[in-house]
Order: sequence, then C-alpha cells, then structure tokens
Amino acid sequence: MKTFTLLPVRSLLEGGRESAKPGSILKAGGVDLLDRMKEGLETPDRVVSIAHVPGHDGIEVGPPARIGALATLARLDSHAELRRVYPALADAAGGAATPQIRNMATLGGNLAQRPRCWYFRQAEFDCTKKGGAQCFALNGENRFHAIFDTDVCCCIHPSATAVALLAYAARVDTVGTRGKRSISIEDFFVAPREDPTRENQLAAGEVIEAVVLPAPAPGSRSVYKKLKEKESFDWPLVETAVSVSVSRGTIQDARVVLGSVSPVPRRARGAEKILAGARPSAELIARAAEAAVAGATPLSQNAHKVRLARVMVERALREILA
Amino acid sequence: MADDSRSGFTRRDLVRGALVGAVAATAGAKTPAEADRGIGPGAVPITLQINGQTHRLTAEPRVVLADALRDRLGLTGTKVVCGRGACGACTVLVDGNPVCSCLLLAAEVQGRKITTIEALASDGRMKPIQEAFVAADALQCGFCTSGMVMSCKALLDRTPKPTRDEIRHAVSGNLCRCGTYPHVFDAVERAAGIRTAEGRAHPPDGTPVFQTLAASRTFTSDQRVDAGVAEALDLEEA
Repeated sequence: MKTFTLLPVRSLLEGGRESAKPGSILKAGGVDLLDRMKEGLETPDRVVSIAHVPGHDGIEVGPPARIGALATLARLDSHAELRRVYPALADAAGGAATPQIRNMATLGGNLAQRPRCWYFRQAEFDCTKKGGAQCFALNGENRFHAIFDTDVCCCIHPSATAVALLAYAARVDTVGTRGKRSISIEDFFVAPREDPTRENQLAAGEVIEAVVLPAPAPGSRSVYKKLKEKESFDWPLVETAVSVSVSRGTIQDARVVLGSVSPVPRRARGAEKILAGARPSAELIARAAEAAVAGATPLSQNAHKVRLARVMVERALREILA
Repeated sequence: MADDSRSGFTRRDLVRGALVGAVAATAGAKTPAEADRGIGPGAVPITLQINGQTHRLTAEPRVVLADALRDRLGLTGTKVVCGRGACGACTVLVDGNPVCSCLLLAAEVQGRKITTIEALASDGRMKPIQEAFVAADALQCGFCTSGMVMSCKALLDRTPKPTRDEIRHAVSGNLCRCGTYPHVFDAVERAAGIRTAEGRAHPPDGTPVFQTLAASRTFTSDQRVDAGVAEALDLEEA
C-alpha cells in the first residue's frame, strides 16, 4: 500500500470538504477502501477518515426510521426493534460478509462500496469501470456477473442493504460542501449507461449522513432472501427483497427488488404490476416471479442465474403471502 | 488517546510544512495548516492498548493493526493470510468485538481496547477455550487457530451457553482449510460446559499444541530478520 497522510476529521461536512481536495479520499470503516488500496486501485496521497466522527451511528427505528451512516452492519443485525419493523434490512445486513467484517463495515460504506467484479478488482485490466474501452467480463469469466443491463459494464452491485432499502423505498440523506439533500435510494444509484465509472451520484465533497426508511404501510410484510454457493463467507448468486401490503385479502402495494443481477440494484416492476390489486395465489406468485426475470440478457456463463432469480422471488413471495 | 496521533509531527513534516507555507504565502493561498493537514506519511507516534498494556511505537499511518502487532511489537500470535478480510486468520478483538486486524489502520485504533491471542494463556496455563481446543483436537496446521480461538472467545464472553447454530455463526468468518470445524464446534461446547471433556483437559506443557494455542509457536511467516537489517531494508525501500 502506497504511503499516505491520514486526516481524522471531526464532522461529516469537514470530511466532505477535505476529501474533495486533490489526492484525497474519504474513509469510514475502510473495509472496501483498504482492499482497493492494497490492490493498487486507489493510490490517494491523503485519507480523510470519518470513522470516529461522533453522533452518526445511531439507529432510530421510528418509524420513520433513521439510521446513521456510520452504524455498523453488526448493529443493524442485532437491533431487535429494527429487525421487528424492517426485517429485510436486518437480514440483509446480518447476512453480509462475515462477523468480523460486519463489526467494521458501516451502512454508508456498504452503499458506497465498489463492485467486486474480478476484472475491475485487478489493476492490470483497464476495464470500462476504470475508464477503459471494454468490459472484460462480457466475453470472459462471467458466471457471477449481471443478467440485466449487461451492455456497457456487466458487474453486479455488491450492496446487500441497498436491495432491502429499495424494497422499503428508503431515502439517502447526504451532507456536503453544496449543502444537504435527500435522495431516493433508486435515484442514488447510477447505471453504467449513464456513467460506468461510478455506481452512485454522490458528488465530490458529498458524504452519506443517514438512511431514512418510511413507516411500513399497515398490514405490510417484508423479507430478504439470498442464495449463495456456500452458507457463509460468500457473495450472493442472487438476492431479493420483497415488501407487500395486503388489505382485505388484496395486495395493495408490492415492491420486488432483485440484487446481484445487475450493475445497480433492480426493481422488478413487471412483477410489482402483476401483484398490485390482485388476490394472492400460487398461480399469481408464479406469474409475478416469471415477470421479475422477463427481459433478462444473461451472459455466456450465467444463464442459470435467471432461473435462480425467478425461484428466489417465488420463495420470497410465498413466504410473505402464505 | 486518538489525539496523540494528531500531535505526532516528524521533522520531515515540519520541513514540508514550512515549504508549503512559503509557497502558500507568496500565492496568497491557504495557510499551511489548511493546505497540508493530517499525520504522516512518515512514521508517527502511535499508542495502543493491547491486552491491558500500553504499547508505544512509531509507524506510518498506512500500517495496519495486524502488521503493527506482528512486525513492530513482536506479537506474532496474530496470523495474516489473505490481508483482505477474506479469511479471518488475523482476527483480534477491538472493544470485545472480533475484527480483521488486516483492514484496520493502527493509527485509528488508538484508545480502543485491543485483545490478541497472547492475552489468553498466562503463567503457562491456557484458558478453558484453549484447553477445550486441545481436548477436542480442534486444529490441524494451526494457522487459522489464533483467529478461530478469538472468535470463539468473543462468542463465549457474550453467550456463555451458545447453541451449535450460534457457534457456527460465530466462526463463519474464520476460514479453516484443514476443515476442523466440527471439532471447533465441539471445543466451544466443551469450554461452555455443554459437553463434558473426555479427552486430555491438560496437555503436557511445551507440546506443539500448547505452543500453538498459546500463540508462542513460531511459524515460518513469523521469522523476523534482525532489527538492524530490517531498518536498513526499510530505509532502502523509502
């Protein structure tokens, strides 16, 4: 790892201001950043650390819930009240990575981490995501890559919490040199077609301050499910978060989200349309699951992920509509 | 404690600060403090609270806790395998929570309570969890063992009578390529008194198993060159 100057700051705003200066980079838990620095993908002259900024690791369940960006994934997992109201988020956080990583990784960092594509993660590959001319995974080793939106960069977004947050229609509150703003979690992410070198719309000098989750509709249920090759220590092959509200036997509102299938977390709107206003049935669930993967464009090695995604949506819907 | 690091200016920093100051003054730009804030990149004083003792060292801000422990303080019981948070060999406890010491900057854990494998055995006697590892034959090559034991200790500190699922969960971040997991589960249950010890509860002192679990065994990667040679190599690298 190249040498650098370390600046521990006392506020998120200061962190934003300092990290916007040339050669500087922002650090929170540092799990993903130090990995990239050790790989030589990032070679900052200065690391601006918000790791010990006080007052931003709180979890207020509300609802609406407000979770400080510096809350660790372990705390999201172990927070009983958060788990009761927003179980999909607690499960997404609690199933990510390993116990050690969850003790270090922050919610803000989980949302802002860079993808795990093995071509992107090696300095030798000047891929689209690094500003290069080609996506090596497109015609290379791509069994773990995207099955949707694969035309520019076929990486998958690595954030598990984002998948749950999309199902809860969360907002990302930021603070920065240009003031504060609140961004819908869907608008937060940037698709490769817009700009392959980034995954979110955080501007220079802008820092995630908190994540806000609206109150769940009365009678709503939610679940997060993922499928991995190994039970622990593994990235998901596919993951899904589903939130539905049912009133008088009819589905009022449904949000179906797929993760690990596309460069940014994906709402399966086709499935949502089929569910809204309908009465739950096995046939309806099967149809919605089919719609969730409609239009998939799998790569040479990952056609199986289409089926996995369909099955996971089906299982998630069965569980909460049972 | 964390403030200690901020006052850690080296002579090099002073010289550079003065130079930047001179440039800034002529350009009418920012003050030196604003233009060049932060500690390092050279070695800075770092104070760590490890196993109840205060350790003072100087290290560059880029030095991670695992390297500070092993290379600067000679606490080689903590092992490093992947260096990327993917194996758990380097697991230590920070304020009681297991973390990967390969991904924590030493300068950023000042003032935190750090516990390493060396804290467990004392006066030639192992802690119950270590004795249980011996009794359950819960290790083969021993390279993951330090981290594995630390994860188990953190679990037992919080959950004295864990279920097997809780044990599995607790060591799910510790990769053992020898595949000793079933014996590790047994060891934790023995240490928790859930399973009565049937094997040797007290191994003969000085056996390799004892040394491994007490973190006093030297693995190949624990070999260190003479301090003078190391310094010369560091200078060459710089």
